[in-house]
Amino acid sequence: MSDSVNHSRRSFLEKSAAVGAITIAPGILLHQVATAKPDDQAVSDSVRWGMLINTNKCEQGCTDCIDACNNEHGLVGNDRPKTDTQYIRKVTLRDKLTGHELSLPLMCQHCETAPCVDVCPTGASFKRVDGIALVDKHICIGCRYCMMACPFKARSFVHENVTDQTLSAPRGKGTVESCTMCVHRVDKDQVPACVEACGKGKHDAMIFGDLNDPNSAISKELGKHGGKQLRADLQLNTGVRYQGL
Amino acid sequence: MTNRILRITFLLTALALLIPATGSAGTPLPVIHEPEGEGVECVEDEDVMRRDHMNFILHQRDETMHRGIRTSKYSLAECIDCHVEPDENGNIASIETKEHFCNACHEYTGVTIDCFECHADRPQKFIQRPGKAASLQDEPHQALFATDLGGESK
Repeated sequence: MSDSVNHSRRSFLEKSAAVGAITIAPGILLHQVATAKPDDQAVSDSVRWGMLINTNKCEQGCTDCIDACNNEHGLVGNDRPKTDTQYIRKVTLRDKLTGHELSLPLMCQHCETAPCVDVCPTGASFKRVDGIALVDKHICIGCRYCMMACPFKARSFVHENVTDQTLSAPRGKGTVESCTMCVHRVDKDQVPACVEACGKGKHDAMIFGDLNDPNSAISKELGKHGGKQLRADLQLNTGVRYQGL
Repeated sequence: MTNRILRITFLLTALALLIPATGSAGTPLPVIHEPEGEGVECVEDEDVMRRDHMNFILHQRDETMHRGIRTSKYSLAECIDCHVEPDENGNIASIETKEHFCNACHEYTGVTIDCFECHADRPQKFIQRPGKAASLQDEPHQALFATDLGGESK
């Protein structure tokens, strides 16, 4: 009895797979169809965007990623480093025993269980279904709880009036902001500005892609050489991973 | 009789004074800059836009922010691109002034909006940014997924 049920189920699945294979044109994989999103389609939870940073390839003193980020989002400082907005900052780690130093870009880690989202009283701090953590500045009241909750000090508060913003980063006084993983570019199937700049500078220290897709470059590299989370003890399942730490 | 003539003269004078006062001025209305050009039409009829533009923008805002829907029909950036143009001297009115398309009516009706606390009040093409990396902006973006379709993208 149970055998016959299994047989019919199996044949159904085989038929479904055959239909699926016919409808997808040769050369285009299923995941590619899913990510090539038309403008009027909502983002899907079938993808989870992530980034992999190889600290061995990241040059100390290089600011290509930061410059590209600032250009992309129109981030202009007021010569007040303590309060000026930064989406990415370079952090230097030094091993006291060996004196070995390594440099890495640090930005929003796009945690799966993001503390910034937990503490937000208005729902302004939220996760998009594709894994990108964002601030909806329309409903942000500037309380800065998220800034205190973030273990990576990834968020900034806009202290001063802003004009002539870019389309990619509408931003104004009294709201919190952080790396958006260049969501405006990701929605158009482009990579974040920092990753692009790192590649243009021939460093290739950053890979961007879909962590859910086993065939993506980022997943293959993670599968082959692994990648660490910062503060893995917090069990945040970060979307940004590091190699060479 | 003299009394009657005087009364009629008085009434006529009063009427003569009243007519221009009520006829020519009327209720003052906001001066709105309409986009110029042949065949330029808004995304909806004028009366619909006057009544519902805020609902369209509010809906689009949430759709874009939370669901990543990036259609341009009700996008605020598209409104600004069409409606904010330089005057004959090449100056673009700031959102603080009543010459700005949005503020012309909002100031008139006493409505305070927050849109331009975060969004630019003029089209991107009129914004000069120092230190803009031309090389990054001008070149086409790296494609996320190289699709092997046997041809090169142009």
